[in-house]
Amino acid sequence: MRMSPRAVTRFLGMRLIHSAVVLFGVMVVTFALIQLVPGDPVRLALGTRYTQESYDALMAASGLDRPMGEQFFAYIGSAATGDLGVSFRSGQPVTVLLFERLPATLSLAGAGLLIGLLIAVPAGLWAALREGRLADGVVRITSQFGVSIPDFWMGMLLILVFSTGLGWLPSSGYIPISESPGGWLRQVTLPAITVGTVAGAILTRYVRAATLEVANMGYVRTAKSKGLAPSVVTLRHIARNALVPVLTVAGIQLATILSGVIVVEVVFAWPGLGRLVFDSVASRDYPMIQGAVLLIAVMFLLINFIVDVLYAVVDPRIRLA
Amino acid sequence: MKQTSETGGEASQDPSGSASPASGRVAAWKLLAAHPVTLFSIFVLTCIVVVALAAPWIAPYGVNQTDVSRALQPPSAAHWMGTDDLGRDVMSRIIAATGTSMQIAVASVVFAFMVGVPIGILAGYVGGLVDAVLMRVVDVMFAFPVLLLALAIVAILTPGQLTTMIAIGVVFTPIFARVARASTLSVRVEPFVQVSRTMGTPGWWILLRHILPNITGPIVVQTSLSLAFAILSEAALSFLGLGIQPPYPSWGGMLFDAQGFMSQAWWMSVFPGAAIFIAVLAFNLLGDGLRDVLDPKQRTLAELRRKR
Repeated sequence: MRMSPRAVTRFLGMRLIHSAVVLFGVMVVTFALIQLVPGDPVRLALGTRYTQESYDALMAASGLDRPMGEQFFAYIGSAATGDLGVSFRSGQPVTVLLFERLPATLSLAGAGLLIGLLIAVPAGLWAALREGRLADGVVRITSQFGVSIPDFWMGMLLILVFSTGLGWLPSSGYIPISESPGGWLRQVTLPAITVGTVAGAILTRYVRAATLEVANMGYVRTAKSKGLAPSVVTLRHIARNALVPVLTVAGIQLATILSGVIVVEVVFAWPGLGRLVFDSVASRDYPMIQGAVLLIAVMFLLINFIVDVLYAVVDPRIRLA
Repeated sequence: MKQTSETGGEASQDPSGSASPASGRVAAWKLLAAHPVTLFSIFVLTCIVVVALAAPWIAPYGVNQTDVSRALQPPSAAHWMGTDDLGRDVMSRIIAATGTSMQIAVASVVFAFMVGVPIGILAGYVGGLVDAVLMRVVDVMFAFPVLLLALAIVAILTPGQLTTMIAIGVVFTPIFARVARASTLSVRVEPFVQVSRTMGTPGWWILLRHILPNITGPIVVQTSLSLAFAILSEAALSFLGLGIQPPYPSWGGMLFDAQGFMSQAWWMSVFPGAAIFIAVLAFNLLGDGLRDVLDPKQRTLAELRRKR
């Protein structure tokens, strides 16, 4: 089943081209964002702080006074070199502000995904191996609960119980891991549980479905009829193969988590990208919104690309398709 | 997909709905009826719709009837779900917000459906360049997390009910396009479509008569699930202050207000969130139940279970 190196290169090439096309589309959309604002975005952003001088300065800095075509190529060109313009609100480069916030979001998303997987893998496997029985039903219904619970409400409930009620954990704030791992852990626990519950609920369903599919395969029946111990069959034949597709979903989930963190960050006053987007929308800081949307979309594309490649490495059948 | 339509045909020929012995197939509604969770979700949704429609008559207090002397009252006989910081009755506001939430969910999903399904069918049926271009556009839209794209749309337009509907509708369109395309692709290669085409049937007739009825199953399921996510998205937007604007009540907006009173008034955060949760859960469970009945693969399992 080994594929020739040429096929691998071809596959990677195709995926790269596809990602590049989508990336171009993403940039068209983020560029259009500011163009679609009815009226004058600079005037709107300045609001009551409007003076002719500040207006002219911001207009020139944002380049919005130039023809649209020129603006578009300038946008693509400078974005490629990491220049996403200047924030309307603070006057600082958007890229700098984004990367300041990125570690907080990534550490929360990572912790959330970890919790999600810790819930989903055992629960999904367990449910699938007891398909149609009580355990399966309980897991399926519980995962529906997890999918349906609004994450910001879940966060508020956790604060109600563990912060204002029991006083065990802080309800807001952020300490970087680099500063104090213990402090970070205390701060991240509640938001990460919030993010992880929803992700875990979705992942559980995929783990269950993937396991069911594998459990009905011929080689599993063969392994069983050979008289192998059930634990060996479960771990070596079922779990290992079932977790391959889960990889893809986990990647997509990471992207969903990045979206979910917006509200969770607002609930827990977590100074990440989501909080930044929220503040920027409120203050009509369009270059900032544009930059954050682009960054998150690029991260999404990147994650998907990596997952696709990993997937192809792990499962040769994908490359044949 | 094909099996679904055959069963649909059988059910209409046989009003008693009894399984025909040859195929062992059962009418879809009979399977649904045997599914207590789905029945319960239908019951809950009916209640929600009744509450939404009858809101002005069943709400015990006015939506914005403030009474500062009775602010932050815990749940009591007079105020079942307590009062908020302005002395407004929490239950009355939750009841009044039900209609708004449902309206936005339904309107945005109808929008996504009306735009997304034709795009998906067209892409799947015509194929080639049209398919490639349309699907790349869909890929681009999928690269943006749902809430982020909705936020960006709200940032462009001014926040409000209409903007919320548009934002959620636009964001959900590609999902419908993808589901419709995937189903169309699988039906297009079926022999009955091929035969119809060789007989010279015009394309639009094939789409209407053969493709559309055969792809309804997945699309119905997607509609139910999308309604759930539309309610969630509206609540999230309103929670961020970018959906329904005060003084109009919304579940998400009430939760936003509750944040400042977490330690004094738990009821302000518990009840509106519970309303969102119940509505979303009901649509999700319905979607799941419908999938069991409308997806041929799941359906066979459900029928087997029934026989047991």
